[in-house]
Amino acid sequence: MQAYLDQLIQGGAFAGMPREVVYAIGMLLAAFIVLSAFVAPLAGVTSWLERRVWARMQSRVGPNRVGPQGILQWLADGIKNLLKEDIIPTAADKKLFSLAPYIVFMGFLCAFVVIPFGGHLIVADLNIGILYILAVTSLVVVGILMAGWASNNKWSLLGGMRSAAQIISYEIPAGVSVLMIVFLAGTLSMQGIIKGQGWAPWDWYLFHNPFTFAGFFLYFTAALAEGNRTPFDIPEAESELVAGYVTEYSGMRFLFFFFAEWGNLYVIGAVATTLFLGGWQVPPLAIFENSPMLLAVAQFVTFFLKAYLWVFVAMWIRATLPRVRVDQLMSLCWKYMVPLSFICLLGTVAFMFVPADGQRITSAAMFGLGVAITIIFFLRVGFQIRQAKPELYFKPHI
Amino acid sequence: MNGAQVGFFILAGLLIVSSLWVVFQRNVVHSAMALVAALFLVAILFLTLNAPMVGVLQILVYAGAIMVLFLFVIMFLNPIGLEQRRRLWWGFGALAGLLLAGALVPVLTNGDAPRDPVVATELFGGPEELARSLFTDFVLPFEIASILLLVAIVGAVVLAKREP
Amino acid sequence: MLFDFANVLVFTALGLGFVGVNLLIGRLLRPANPQARKLSTYECGEPSTGSAWVNFNIRFYLVALIFIIFEVEIAFIFPVATVFRGLIESGEGLLAFVKIFIFVGILFLGLVYSWVKGDLEWIKKVKT
Repeated sequence: MQAYLDQLIQGGAFAGMPREVVYAIGMLLAAFIVLSAFVAPLAGVTSWLERRVWARMQSRVGPNRVGPQGILQWLADGIKNLLKEDIIPTAADKKLFSLAPYIVFMGFLCAFVVIPFGGHLIVADLNIGILYILAVTSLVVVGILMAGWASNNKWSLLGGMRSAAQIISYEIPAGVSVLMIVFLAGTLSMQGIIKGQGWAPWDWYLFHNPFTFAGFFLYFTAALAEGNRTPFDIPEAESELVAGYVTEYSGMRFLFFFFAEWGNLYVIGAVATTLFLGGWQVPPLAIFENSPMLLAVAQFVTFFLKAYLWVFVAMWIRATLPRVRVDQLMSLCWKYMVPLSFICLLGTVAFMFVPADGQRITSAAMFGLGVAITIIFFLRVGFQIRQAKPELYFKPHI
Repeated sequence: MNGAQVGFFILAGLLIVSSLWVVFQRNVVHSAMALVAALFLVAILFLTLNAPMVGVLQILVYAGAIMVLFLFVIMFLNPIGLEQRRRLWWGFGALAGLLLAGALVPVLTNGDAPRDPVVATELFGGPEELARSLFTDFVLPFEIASILLLVAIVGAVVLAKREP
Repeated sequence: MLFDFANVLVFTALGLGFVGVNLLIGRLLRPANPQARKLSTYECGEPSTGSAWVNFNIRFYLVALIFIIFEVEIAFIFPVATVFRGLIESGEGLLAFVKIFIFVGILFLGLVYSWVKGDLEWIKKVKT
């Protein structure tokens, strides 16, 4: 972005303005565009789509009244929450209670600085990009603990503590899975990691070797747990903790926690896409050569679809799997995922000594395996759907 | 005074304010939150010194991880309402503060330039430089650090066992 | 490089501003009639007893401690990871791999130790 601004300054677009002012305006504008034109609608539409997807999976209808197919439901929800009374319990610690949504929201929004939407569509390609994402998302824990403690409510405190313990535990497998890719790419920059891969699936780090293949699933599972998503949503388990750390929150403050949760889903998908699925890489077609605009759009769409696929999978998992118990959650992390992730890490590092030809053969074989798994999966799903009782073919009037 | 210096003084001022907040806050959880702010500001200071890697690790390890540990300890001990002023602790605190100030006097009064200053280039605090020095000059400390961490785990497990 | 990080600062400020402005707009629009009952702590309808600020379980502390140790380990390996490819090309790769292996291996002993001692169990077995 700096280069682009410099170009504009050189071209005399901002004659008479000091360089710093132009930079500041540019940065503010970029941040504002990302927030209001991308993050806010995205989180909103995700909240609507999630309810629609569950509804279809559970033979219900879901919100379909506001706008076409109910797509504007999120705006209605936002306005409703804006008009709700803001209740701060007398027993609560008022300062921290009001501060917590700010911290959670900030921690989630800052991740968007380094998300590479396209070859040049990135706010700032920090040279420590992926580590930066791990760092800012770990700030969310502080916000959640703050919310849980400040509410002075037993449900909130228990939810906050559980959530914090869960997030920090799953940060280890997630961090180690990221580390695997950093070893392969040799850089921490998000664009650098994407450039280390190719547009073709067999050039993705997902299929680089068996260990990264396992690492992807480790990352995705750990990221779901870090985002407090089902089946790991015990911090806000409705049946036991009312609503966890958000029990005492109402109106806008409540909304911001969920804004962050839904937006965070996309961050999970985007990071997984960047690390394992080749990011915005598109095939080098002839039509892209002459029009950089078309190329940028193609890259953006590729990245968005890849990332959103994982958001959809997260919804799917939420509609499918029951919640795990707190002790199962902890033993899953420390007894299975942490050792497994370290084994994968050492395996990946050892694999880097394999000569280039061997690596190419392995990625081809892994790609074949991936295709086979996908085909078997869809055959099984098709079989189950055919076997299901006709009552399940509920076709509501939509 | 140029822009960078103004920025430094603003940051340093905020850092001092938040550190004082940590010390003078009556509520321990509020102190912990002020500490998060202070650590965050230190991370920004590292960034202005061209050391992004150290700055981000500061946030990841201190503001993220260690603060969670602090908060867990605070919630385990629950010192709210227990706090009493004790003359004795004031004495100890003052003594420690004086010692620290005494140790800082030579640094503050030293007007000479460092003997072999390192030029902070763009890459100075980046991951590559850090790794190179970890693998060349500091291999042994690097491995010893892991043993230290191992001892820390063992210690924690042993201490937690004493729980009645 | 400072330009890149200035973006982070702008995002932070904008994030805080966004929440603040929305809460401010909300304050102008939303009703506010606090009552003692409404502001009481929610405990599923029962009158709440005591404060939630009680001594919490030590298990959380242990989890946090083990977490920090692994986090520091990851923090140590991250810079190494960025130069590892270069080390392989210059022929020092095997030595570096051994160093990393020792580093990870020693810490793994710690995990095994706390596992054997039963500290990874969330539910403590009570000796009868």
